[in-house]
Amino acid sequence: MLGRTANGLYWMFRYIERAENIARLVDAGLRVSLTRTGSTDEDWDGVLQSAGVRDEYVDLHGKVTTANAIDYLLREKTNPSSVMSCIDSGRNNARMVRTALTRETWEATNECWIELKQLLEKRVKPADLPAVIDTIKRRAGLIRGAFHGSMLRNDLYNFSRIGTFIERADNTSRILDVKYYVLLPAVSQVGSSLDNFQWESILRSVSAHRSYGWVYDAEYRPSNIADFLILNRRMPRSLAYCYEKIVSNLRYLAEDYGERHTAHDTADSIRTMLKRGEIGDVMDQGLHEFLEDFISRNNQLSVEISEGYRFYR
Amino acid sequence: MVLAMLFALYSYGPKSGNAPLAFDEMLTAEDLPRPPYKTYQEWYSAQDPAHLIQKSQDAESIFRRTGITFAVYGHADSSEKLIPFDIIPRIISAREWRKLAQGIEQRVLALNAFLDDIYHKQEIIRAGRIPRELIEKNEAFLPEMIGFKPPGGVYTHIVGTDIVRTGEDQFYVLEDNARTPSGVSYMLENRETMMQMFPELFAMNKVQRVEDYPYLLRQSLASLAPPGCKGKPRVAVLTPGIYNSAYYEHSFLADTMGVELVEGSDLRVIDGKVKMRTTRGYEAIDVLYRRVDDDFLDPLTFRPDSALGIPGIMDVYRSGNITIANAPGTGISDDKAIYSYMPEIVEFYTGRKPLLENVPTWRCSEPDSLKYVLEHLEELVVKEVHGSGGYGMLVGPTASKKERSDFAEKLSARPSNYIAQPTLSLSTVPILVNKGIAPRHVDLRPYVLVSDKEVKIIPGGLTRVALKKGSLVVNSSQGGGTKDTWVLED
Repeated sequence: MLGRTANGLYWMFRYIERAENIARLVDAGLRVSLTRTGSTDEDWDGVLQSAGVRDEYVDLHGKVTTANAIDYLLREKTNPSSVMSCIDSGRNNARMVRTALTRETWEATNECWIELKQLLEKRVKPADLPAVIDTIKRRAGLIRGAFHGSMLRNDLYNFSRIGTFIERADNTSRILDVKYYVLLPAVSQVGSSLDNFQWESILRSVSAHRSYGWVYDAEYRPSNIADFLILNRRMPRSLAYCYEKIVSNLRYLAEDYGERHTAHDTADSIRTMLKRGEIGDVMDQGLHEFLEDFISRNNQLSVEISEGYRFYR
Repeated sequence: MVLAMLFALYSYGPKSGNAPLAFDEMLTAEDLPRPPYKTYQEWYSAQDPAHLIQKSQDAESIFRRTGITFAVYGHADSSEKLIPFDIIPRIISAREWRKLAQGIEQRVLALNAFLDDIYHKQEIIRAGRIPRELIEKNEAFLPEMIGFKPPGGVYTHIVGTDIVRTGEDQFYVLEDNARTPSGVSYMLENRETMMQMFPELFAMNKVQRVEDYPYLLRQSLASLAPPGCKGKPRVAVLTPGIYNSAYYEHSFLADTMGVELVEGSDLRVIDGKVKMRTTRGYEAIDVLYRRVDDDFLDPLTFRPDSALGIPGIMDVYRSGNITIANAPGTGISDDKAIYSYMPEIVEFYTGRKPLLENVPTWRCSEPDSLKYVLEHLEELVVKEVHGSGGYGMLVGPTASKKERSDFAEKLSARPSNYIAQPTLSLSTVPILVNKGIAPRHVDLRPYVLVSDKEVKIIPGGLTRVALKKGSLVVNSSQGGGTKDTWVLED
């Protein structure tokens, strides 16, 4: 396989994952504004931060308003992480690696692009927002379904999966990092409605507000929420789960090619850290420091994979 | 009732008041179906027009979903367009096809012999059959190819000969596309779409297969690997990338042949071989089907600013370590200035009169011809010698007075840049329109694969159709559409 093809698959799936995650963030933000009285503009500030685009937003629009924030996240052309930009980039990568994709996967991607291009051509009216967000998630789901149902389990598949989980781990860790302070024991006032509300919004942005209840029953506790999103190996958006997948896909590549790279060692050590970790220790060390360190190691791994498998050179 | 409605627009009988625009391939002047269309016409007469319009819309959504689009240069916002597809097949009988195929084969063999001669002994020039400056001053002539014999002696591995019809037995070759003819993916996708939508038609008519094209292409390319290639030859398709207008076709061909689709940035010359960067390291390529123009192929030899090519590939080529298809420098054979000499070229190398006719052509570089052309602009089609895609041409009879006088100025300023031809009355075939069917002008591009052992002509090809009533311009960049082309079995 061409190095450029591996790169194209990796980024195609990173962008599609990102589009879906941004849609979830907007969904969670929307939920907040619906259940809250008074101005919600401040909440959107947090959503923009979670998406990692707050500074760029301010450069463009200045003051944070609900309408501008939603538009910036869904369809702003100059925002490379807006849903439409992600779908554009994802599809461009898919076109580039067209010969590596099954017809079903390509068509699901192309149809996603065709429909969203139309839906996001103009500013979305508030009344249409829920349906638009639903379409984004559904279309991303169809791509995933076509991909799982039709692609050979070979190196093409491994690079695609690695892209998905590097992106997802990055997203989850950023969502947590923006809100880390509401999870700190010192500031939390257990049971206060403000905190409950903040915690629920974190869980919603990773579609985990229901599953949290199945795993931890009882009420929201900051350390349980952190545990769920960082260390729980059954939660498909947790850092630990993402690294189980990254490591196993890298292992297949190593076996297939008969060659290990620095990336393998880096991924193994992150996985071990997550596997052996205790949430109490993480909180004691400092949640923010832990997350910052994780984000930078995750990025480092991405660079090492692109070097080991000759994405660019 | 339905029948009357369907044929209201398509009738030449005495009561119709219509005279044929040109030779019609479906109906005679007495409104009788010609033999190849008989079965189709019976089937068609029993169809509900609304249902056919629906099918036509289905076809469009199939094309859009599959991403069978092309890019139009110079349109900022409409970067991806569909080529309109008409669901009525263009049907050719086995007898007509045999005649065409023989003529095409003769012409393609002559093209290869001509190229071999031009880059070696140049006997045709010495014999005084074509002027020396026509070759040596031509931009498409590559001095780098002089004295070099490509593997198997084949220059044009893939040819797309443009053919028009003006009568029952009257065919003309309009152009010999010997560089990198495009459109074959449409031939295949059109057939695929028709088989999906109208399986019953294929049960009623014995249509010759085109589906083997990717397999035959791969086989043909692999058979011309360089002599030094050990084991199974590694074939790759070279594309300028996803923003190229024909990118869909490049990826389609790589995909259906089961070979890598590479860009210049994937390739590098290492140890005298062209190698591609894979996830496991660099691996050699033996045959490169390039969809990149000569100019961009090697920045060390040709355009130094090219980012699409591979520095040093021409050295590898000349030392016999890679096959490039089509060979660099083949453009000299399909140049519009050379075109007017094709009858001489065919006769010189095959020793026989051409089986297919050339369209009479005035070379504006010759003063007498220029004078004639300027005096008869309203009857002629004037083309740029190096142009393609229907850009920069004048269709005299349909142009306005102002367009003609503007063009006359350009023509007088650079006469050698132009050739002129009579406006041919291209044959018509039915297309589906809102109110039923109506006749429109068409051309035909069959695809030809050349190896050192044989010339294979795929029975069918790409039919391009001018969708506007009366228009003779079939190019997709100028609003033309395509059709599935059937060659029937005997």
